[in-house]
Amino acid sequence: MSSTTEEKAPEVSQTYKETFSFRRFARANGTQLGILGVFLALWLIFIVTAPDTFLKPQIYYAFMSTIPFFAIMAIPLTIVVVAGEMDLSFPSIMAMGMVAFLLTYQATVSIDSIPLRVLISVIAALLTGLLIGWLNGFIVVKFGIPSLVATIGTQFLWRGAVLVLSQGKSGTLSYVKESFLYPTLVGKIGGVFPMQMIWLILIAILGWVLLNRHKFGAHIYLIGDNVDSAELMGVNTKRVRIQAFMLMGLVAAFAGVVASFHVVYFWPSLGEGYLMRTLASVFLGGTSVFGGTGTILGTFLGAFIIGAIEAATVAVGLTGFWTQFIYGLIIVLSVIMHTYLRKRLK
Amino acid sequence: MDYRLELRNVSKSFGEVQALENINFQLGRNEIVGLLGDNGAGKSTLIKILTGYHQPTSGEILFNGQKIDRLTVPKARQLGVETVYQERALAELQTLWRNIFLGRELCNRWGFLDIKKMRDETHRLMSQSMGFTSTAVSPESHVGTFSGGEKQGVAIVRALFFDAEIIILDEPTMGLSLKETAKLVNFVRGIKEAGKSAIFIDHNVVHVYNVADRIVVIDRGRVAGEFLTKEISLDTLMEKMIRVAESGSLD
Repeated sequence: MSSTTEEKAPEVSQTYKETFSFRRFARANGTQLGILGVFLALWLIFIVTAPDTFLKPQIYYAFMSTIPFFAIMAIPLTIVVVAGEMDLSFPSIMAMGMVAFLLTYQATVSIDSIPLRVLISVIAALLTGLLIGWLNGFIVVKFGIPSLVATIGTQFLWRGAVLVLSQGKSGTLSYVKESFLYPTLVGKIGGVFPMQMIWLILIAILGWVLLNRHKFGAHIYLIGDNVDSAELMGVNTKRVRIQAFMLMGLVAAFAGVVASFHVVYFWPSLGEGYLMRTLASVFLGGTSVFGGTGTILGTFLGAFIIGAIEAATVAVGLTGFWTQFIYGLIIVLSVIMHTYLRKRLK
Repeated sequence: MDYRLELRNVSKSFGEVQALENINFQLGRNEIVGLLGDNGAGKSTLIKILTGYHQPTSGEILFNGQKIDRLTVPKARQLGVETVYQERALAELQTLWRNIFLGRELCNRWGFLDIKKMRDETHRLMSQSMGFTSTAVSPESHVGTFSGGEKQGVAIVRALFFDAEIIILDEPTMGLSLKETAKLVNFVRGIKEAGKSAIFIDHNVVHVYNVADRIVVIDRGRVAGEFLTKEISLDTLMEKMIRVAESGSLD
């Protein structure tokens, strides 16, 4: 360090200690506190209006069984959106991963052990997801096509590939029950607690660590905030964005495997119902569509709000027709809240 | 002659546009070079070649007499080049400490961040070099809330922190108050005293004249002329600058 200013450096302790102030805490965690408030308020409303349902554990086991299928994809999608990108192709990646699974399973008939065949097939599915993710990233970065547009294209492309390769046929996966992967991925601990919830928690923690405690996440935030600054300061913005898409592809393929194992069946339409819920979880959680800000905790809570509304609408005594209306209302109000909080807490 | 940094016959074109043509440029040890030229003369392009952001279409770049193939931003930083960009290159939604360590995060070999150390260093820099006295500013403050001068302070301190040998300042006084500008000029003198080299670009000829050892005038992508500040008066320099802008020739 050169001496740059004439004035004497004031006495400072070498370590920096932040004194706790609620104001600062609220500033730093505004959107997370906001979504936590929405989450708790809705929960309270559900308990008050339908105590029979929401004071018993069964409904929570049901949530933990179905919500992880899209919630695990919302984690890497958060990372992609924080980087200022978008991915709409993950539902097709789910299905394409399963096609790779089936093709690999058929190609390994010479292997006697079914558990080994299932394991190899799962690895093939994950690699396929990784590869499709890489291709998404490559198209976006190499040709400079907005990722929203590029992944609309690849979404159709891979769904088409699934239909061509599977000839539109669905089929049972009953053999996976012989593999240790079946209880590991979709089993129930103690007969009640779904394993997919454990996987969601694991992926959420990994996503949080990656985004908040790793160089990769630091660069994701910087790229989403100001890609030119990141580039000028030597961040390899292309590589990091491709990696984000690869992560999305990998996790989408994993979600496809988990969802298919859960029903022990393969549908060529696998994933089609998940697009909007996954996107809604991310935006409900306070991640900005403009990039640069967003949290894993927000997405996690967002996913549970989205997942609970459907059951809650019915439990509260409204007909199922209300579900979408209430979805829409909560999403619109929450996004307005986030925008307001972002402006106020600056 | 032993130069810190040298460009030999460097040209750069963007498609049809020839931004730089056969530039020969040297930066000596412990020398402050002022770069002057009108808008669009090619100053920023020249800077971005030195920092590895743009690759030259042709020509050679030498650091300490050694030719460097394919200079990239990380490579330039390794060689000790730090830059205060005209556009400041900050990420305004992010915290101060993330901006100080932008692209150079302190982390262990698995890439996990040493957040505590980055916060501590940021706090130290803030109080010792940036002159932030307000308690409202902490390493956790978001850079978007800072004033123009504070933002520039962040960009400058960031360049200094990493023990730069060559500091490039691209229009650093833009948007600064008079007091902040005076502080900046002092800062550039400090670079000289610390035995380092700098390239200083500014619209204001007076600022450049006051701190630079040598002035290089760029016009329409070429080096139009060079002067040692001790051998030319400010008035003559001003006249020549106006003449070059009008006619493309210094004399």
